[in-house]
Amino acid sequence: MMKKLATREDLEKLRKELQDRSKKIKRWVAVCSGPGCHVHGSGEVAKAFMEEVAAQGLEDSVRVRATGCHGFCEVGPVAVIFPERYCYVKLRVEDVPEIVGKTLKKGQVVEDFLFMDETTGKRILYDEEIPYYKFQQRLLLGQHLQIDPRDVGDYIAAGGYSALAKALFDLGPEGVLEEVKAANLRGRGGGGFPAGIKWETTRNAPGEPKYVIVNADEGDPGAYMDRGILEGNPHSVLEGLIIGAIAIGSTQGFVYVRQEYPIAVKNMQRAIDQARELGLLGENILGSDFSFDVKIHMGAGAFVSGESSALMTAIEGRVGEPRPKYIRTAVKGVWDKPSNLNNVETWANVPLIINNGADWYSGIGTDNSKGTKIFSLVGKVKNTGLVEVPMGVSLRKIIFDIGGGIRGGKKFKAVQTGGPSGGVIPDSLLDIPVDYDELNRVGSMMGSGGMIVMDEDTCMVDVARYYINFLSDESCGKCVPCREGLRQALRILENICAGKGKEGDIELLEELGSFMKDASLCALGQTAANPVLSTIKYFRGEYEAHILEKKCPAKVCKELISFFIDPDKCKACGLCFKACPVDAITGGKGLVHIIDQAKCIRCGSCFSVCPEKFSAVVKLSGEPVPEVTPGTKMKKKAKGEKKCKK
Amino acid sequence: MQEITLEIDGFKVTVEEGKTVLEAAKEAGIAIPTLCYHEELEPFGACRFCMVEITKGNRKRLVASCVYPAEEGLVVKTNTDRVKEIRRMILELLLPLAPAGPIRELARRYGLEKSRFKTEDIKPTHCTLCGMCVRYCNEVMKYDAVSFVGRGVSKAVALTPEARDLCVFCRKCYTICEAGRFPMLAEEYSV
Repeated sequence: MMKKLATREDLEKLRKELQDRSKKIKRWVAVCSGPGCHVHGSGEVAKAFMEEVAAQGLEDSVRVRATGCHGFCEVGPVAVIFPERYCYVKLRVEDVPEIVGKTLKKGQVVEDFLFMDETTGKRILYDEEIPYYKFQQRLLLGQHLQIDPRDVGDYIAAGGYSALAKALFDLGPEGVLEEVKAANLRGRGGGGFPAGIKWETTRNAPGEPKYVIVNADEGDPGAYMDRGILEGNPHSVLEGLIIGAIAIGSTQGFVYVRQEYPIAVKNMQRAIDQARELGLLGENILGSDFSFDVKIHMGAGAFVSGESSALMTAIEGRVGEPRPKYIRTAVKGVWDKPSNLNNVETWANVPLIINNGADWYSGIGTDNSKGTKIFSLVGKVKNTGLVEVPMGVSLRKIIFDIGGGIRGGKKFKAVQTGGPSGGVIPDSLLDIPVDYDELNRVGSMMGSGGMIVMDEDTCMVDVARYYINFLSDESCGKCVPCREGLRQALRILENICAGKGKEGDIELLEELGSFMKDASLCALGQTAANPVLSTIKYFRGEYEAHILEKKCPAKVCKELISFFIDPDKCKACGLCFKACPVDAITGGKGLVHIIDQAKCIRCGSCFSVCPEKFSAVVKLSGEPVPEVTPGTKMKKKAKGEKKCKK
Repeated sequence: MQEITLEIDGFKVTVEEGKTVLEAAKEAGIAIPTLCYHEELEPFGACRFCMVEITKGNRKRLVASCVYPAEEGLVVKTNTDRVKEIRRMILELLLPLAPAGPIRELARRYGLEKSRFKTEDIKPTHCTLCGMCVRYCNEVMKYDAVSFVGRGVSKAVALTPEARDLCVFCRKCYTICEAGRFPMLAEEYSV
């Protein structure tokens, strides 16, 4: 049981004690336990570290922290050893004793576990020198390495809640508001609305009590930035929320988090309990006259509940549907009381701004987009993970310098940003600076920070179909433009992918898209057509190929492709013959294998099993499949070529 | 109560503060067509058929007049080309669901004979999900015997499983349905 902090001095005393106590620790290891590393088995690795440290009798001088996400999910599980910052990647449980014995005990590096730079072939010692991290500015994610998210002591030792004390005793509500406004912090959830102005609206709106809310209903496919922060540093979000409550004059906060994030819920709940125990939440926080408390509300899995008015309706205990009224939730939100909603990352930025000042913060980023932004870089890129960069960095830098370019030597085709409401950005626009306004200008949006990289094997019509399918299930279904617009857009796209598209379909999709934008009730419907409109804008030729030539240029759409075994390349190895689930392949020893097109279900099994050195199975689209006479003999092996084993 | 003056289709209209644009237009004898609006019920804002073009300062916007509050100096146009286009598109999208009856009639009046959209594998339920039956049961009768189920394109109207205990047989859900199809729906979806 921790002692309640009755004054600001108590907090500083506690911080000093914690920092003094940690001086005894000679070395510590931060084992990433973020979502990516977790699935690679970081839980066992962290446990092994703890057991091994105990077994080698290092408990007094070494500390093991299972921390939140470091960012580089691709090479997980990752562990960084301090104070040197040696970074070990792709760790297994059996690697742990050597690391404990050599690095943690004696400070020696174990080369084998260091990250190897593919381009130079050299091992890299420190995490911050790995190209993936080198070009980032990890103001938020960097904190994760210092903190066990379950331990409020770590957060306080690292300077936590000093911004809260500053806000309470030095700045006051007006001072906080001025600072956040001057920093020009814009909402990280999608819209990019200036947080300070929103706060002021809620503050000045009539009605008591006022509510402050954390939107942690992150639901974009492929995005997990907010999850990373909530799991890795819940106190930073909580501290930001309390500071916001001071500025707004709120007494009650909510954290709306989706129940699909059980660790985030658990860590956040623990953080709230700890803060309450320390007197950082509750009556008379740190002895001031400010009182505030927070409740977690778990979402039931509806994507649309991330929309602000739908989220507030859900908090009230009703079905999460957007409200049709043209009154902002900042004025009339939860139970018609003024309610300020910001996303996880927005709140987590607040302590940074209060601690370092608006001038420092607004020195980072572009003219109208300040600070850093976390992206979840996923898809066909080499280095996947969470990336935090200052606003204004180019897409090319993110995808190629940080992300390491495209996997498997393929060509970059497009990057999808902003989730289902966003759009695709083609090769020609890779040099635009990533900020709110530029992304909007090219027909996409910042959104909450999803970034899905697509290569030449991606069909853009199929991408649009995927998003529209997602949205037609996730729309609340209330208003006609969104519900019926999505229903029909999906049908048109499915037809195009199936080779049943007809002339006029593209124009009809465009008309439908502009109608949905103008007529839908909420932001979900108003932006739902973006994936269609932006793929048409930049890849119209691909739509036309599907419709006019019945051809899928990326060779993805099943109904428009055929698999064919090149008789000149087939080595009659029989792998495809065995793999075919519908017995569509005939052939025999020494005979070229042939696919019966009538039987083929285009599952691609033959294509995936055919050894790369033969590459005899090919995909065809928009062209007739050549006839091969059954019984054709396999071509004799060329000189020097090894005979293939059956 | 304070009074507000706005301009609708060139006419100056003065109404009490708190009225919606749709109500203001009605008071001035200007008809804005609606599909999900009902005088006895809270505005729902779902059909978007009542959309109008408003100008506030330099900013032009399209809004649903049934929920947009009348504001001093607001300039409203109820029948611009874009507004007409939107109404036509709404009807065109609803036609596959409601190939006969009032929607069909309305579509004809908007010069729409045939929808460009697919009708096959869409069940002609005749239900536009205007929610009048649901809302009447909930708002006026204070029962929840009729409700929405599902989400997105699967959203539908259904009698709740406990309807037998909740329903007082006011039959308003039958008569309020503009398509006159509620009994059919009820049979189809009742659990």
